[in-house]
Amino acid sequence: MSLLDIISHQLVNGLVLGSFYALVALGYTMIFGVIKLLNFAHGDLYMVGGFLGFLSLSAVSSVVGADWPGIFVAMFLSMIAVGFIGVVIERVAYHPMLAAPRLSILITALAVSLVLQNTVLALTGGQYTAFQTDLGFGGLNLGSLFISYNQMVLVATAGVLMIALHLFVNRTQFGRAMRAVSIDMDMSQLLGINVSAVIAVTFFIGSALAAAAGTMAGAYYGSIWYFMGFLIGLKAFTAAVIGGIGSIPGAMLGGLILGLLEAFGTQIPFIGSEWKDVFSFAVLILVLVLKPTGLLGKSEQERM
Amino acid sequence: MSQHDSVTTRLSARIAAQFQTPAVRWGGIALILVFLAVLPAVFGQYATVIMTNALLYVVLALGLNVVVGFAGLLDLGYAAFFAVGAYTIGILTLEFGVNFWLALPCAVVGAAIAGVIIGGPTLRLRSDYLAIVTLGFGEIVRFSARNLAITGKASGLSGIGQPWLFGWHIATPTDFYYVFCGLAIGAVIVSLRLEDSRLGRAWLYVRHDEDVAEAMGINRVAVKLAAYVIGAIFAAIGGAFFAANLGAISPESFSFTQSVLILMAVILGGMGKIPGVILGAFIVILGPELLRNLGELRLMVFAVMLLLIMLFRPSGIWPKRGTRS
Amino acid sequence: MTAALLSLSGVSLAFAGNTVLQNVDFQVAEGAVVSLIGPNGAGKTSLFNCITGFYKPQTGTITFDGQALLKLKPHRVTAAGIARTFQNVRLFREMTVMQNVMSGMHCRTRSGAIAAILGLPSQRAEEAAIREACDDCLRFVGVTPDEYDRIATTLAYGHQRRVEIARALATQPKLLLLDEPAAGLNAGEKQELIALIRRIRDERGISVLLIEHDMGLVMQVSERISVLDHGAMIADGTAREIQANPKVIEAYLGQEDAEAELDF
Repeated sequence: MSLLDIISHQLVNGLVLGSFYALVALGYTMIFGVIKLLNFAHGDLYMVGGFLGFLSLSAVSSVVGADWPGIFVAMFLSMIAVGFIGVVIERVAYHPMLAAPRLSILITALAVSLVLQNTVLALTGGQYTAFQTDLGFGGLNLGSLFISYNQMVLVATAGVLMIALHLFVNRTQFGRAMRAVSIDMDMSQLLGINVSAVIAVTFFIGSALAAAAGTMAGAYYGSIWYFMGFLIGLKAFTAAVIGGIGSIPGAMLGGLILGLLEAFGTQIPFIGSEWKDVFSFAVLILVLVLKPTGLLGKSEQERM
Repeated sequence: MSQHDSVTTRLSARIAAQFQTPAVRWGGIALILVFLAVLPAVFGQYATVIMTNALLYVVLALGLNVVVGFAGLLDLGYAAFFAVGAYTIGILTLEFGVNFWLALPCAVVGAAIAGVIIGGPTLRLRSDYLAIVTLGFGEIVRFSARNLAITGKASGLSGIGQPWLFGWHIATPTDFYYVFCGLAIGAVIVSLRLEDSRLGRAWLYVRHDEDVAEAMGINRVAVKLAAYVIGAIFAAIGGAFFAANLGAISPESFSFTQSVLILMAVILGGMGKIPGVILGAFIVILGPELLRNLGELRLMVFAVMLLLIMLFRPSGIWPKRGTRS
Repeated sequence: MTAALLSLSGVSLAFAGNTVLQNVDFQVAEGAVVSLIGPNGAGKTSLFNCITGFYKPQTGTITFDGQALLKLKPHRVTAAGIARTFQNVRLFREMTVMQNVMSGMHCRTRSGAIAAILGLPSQRAEEAAIREACDDCLRFVGVTPDEYDRIATTLAYGHQRRVEIARALATQPKLLLLDEPAAGLNAGEKQELIALIRRIRDERGISVLLIEHDMGLVMQVSERISVLDHGAMIADGTAREIQANPKVIEAYLGQEDAEAELDF
């Protein structure tokens, strides 16, 4: 393969990976935006989304098939279900803790993550579950570069979801309320914004996006398991931080950057794919240390 | 669950109340020491091995308690320091033929340096960023152990020798049991002394109000770094003896789940409360033995317990301490 | 006039484009009691935060006792000899009075982890010395030993303020910054506060800079008064000069609650 082939091939890989990271990173960043909580359970919602997508697909495949239309239906059902799970988690676990010390709420989030993981572990016996689809292997040959239709649909779907989110946040009344709450929760409350509702919707959307990514990842890679949310959770957080946590365009940008970094990182001599994860975590630590506000985040002087 | 909770709560409250009077307290301590001394003879080898593991967890949980309980820093990659201790012993004794007792200080220094490298730049970050950085660090250490030739890649290191101490060959499970008794007692004494010291108070101040602590002339980054490094040293010592005890180590002993189990011990018992943390370590190790028939549900039970503790009794099972003079 | 202990020159501070302090020049002489007054939101507490290193002004210099402060982190400023109290008493919650005051001794003591673990004699001696010094500070502000082991935040408000001052004194400062020390105190307690401020200066040789709204107290206790309005220093002088200064009167009359504040 020529250098150009390698570059374009990794560009496609990076784009696919980046789409997943971006979708998950969006939830992190939105939830962080409104309640300043690092939702450790977010990666596990992606995992639960994968499983519910799988179950939905099994249920609907006899009617709509198990190709993309079926997957979209399954994804939609999974998004709704996981969205509600997200809202319930917020109500039950996080809401009572909002006034508690930060350490307590962080540990609570960790506990929620462990409950989700271990529930699925107990239900599946810790085995990989095959995510069977009828997805084809077709694609486009551009010179020596091959892009599968699946990759195209996947990136396009992620793009559509992100554009929809962007419009929702920036063009609707509710989106404005969301931005207001993320700037100053108390003041928003005083101005008559229904803060509880905003938080609930934020959790719903964030969780639903994670579920979309989980379903698509399950269909694309062909298997799901209870621990699949751990690494992507960590990496999506990295993506959110790279872009500037709290910033929605930042999360998208960060996801793509991290996906591309990883794809090209595997091509660096002596690093190779087994060091891929170490590479991402190193990037995370470096970004947090050198520029904790990320690329698009706002820096502010801390006030007492 | 809630009934079980309230029983343990009442029980621990009663135990704690007993400890208030000095006579009962010393009597209780003597009783515990006698129990620890005769345990291998009375309960046999199986119980001894389990207890050894529980005592290792007492050391690890007390170490993590310095970080989480005393200084209020959430460390999700604590197993990394445990790994640094274990692998340092493994590599130095196996590949360089270094004596265990010479390798031990190297493990301690190695963990301390790792603590400074990772903590130095990150301890000024927000607490949730720190949590994720420590998580990432834990994974970096585990992945590195799995990828490097010197750490034996995924299969790890085996054939780590058992140390001699003044003519005593520490070889049998009972021998190691007594070694871990000694380590656990040492960890308790060190924790108690640190808690009641200038540094211990500084952690308390920083945990309660960073800004005011800073205004009182406390260098919060330095104080947090001290906690982080001390915690790392506890873990490294635990890891060193863990490696010597098992003779073999592999990356999966130092996974995220390991870090979480140690953290659970700290939180279940009660962050910052030394007897609570000891109790937590025993619950985390002995609990699964009692719940053996639950199989895969075991971890879920723990996870749910952790969630319930955070929601209904965030200060842990151990009752609140009265005011001290 | 003696040499300036604390000297600010050209200090400007802005948050996200909003000017909080503009070009402030200000001095506290060695051994002086100085008050900083001004309408709410004038930037008084921000000025304290600049002096103590919590805010970093964009321009200007702050010199204390011959040392440039602006590069220093808050804890180094405290070590250099500036202690403070907070506008809304900020004691460490769930901690005893004694534990609270002991925090102040941290920067004047040295024992580290190893000394504590080994229980070295030097560490034990230092612990005893810390308690003794804190006992001394607490007695000085009028808190009695029977209160030492109480949780600080359960004390009566007036006593919490005293504990906070004792905590600041335990850092052995050369300059003490008091942020509205009289807020929430009754008339009797205010008289005791005036006496305490004088004793801090006379018996301990500590200069005092206070932010205060109670003009009666300000006029009684301070040798010089500086007036801050909209982030700018508009007047500086003795109590009598300030009372007669038209700019000051205007600044206060511009306030809606001028009468409540301008209680000369």
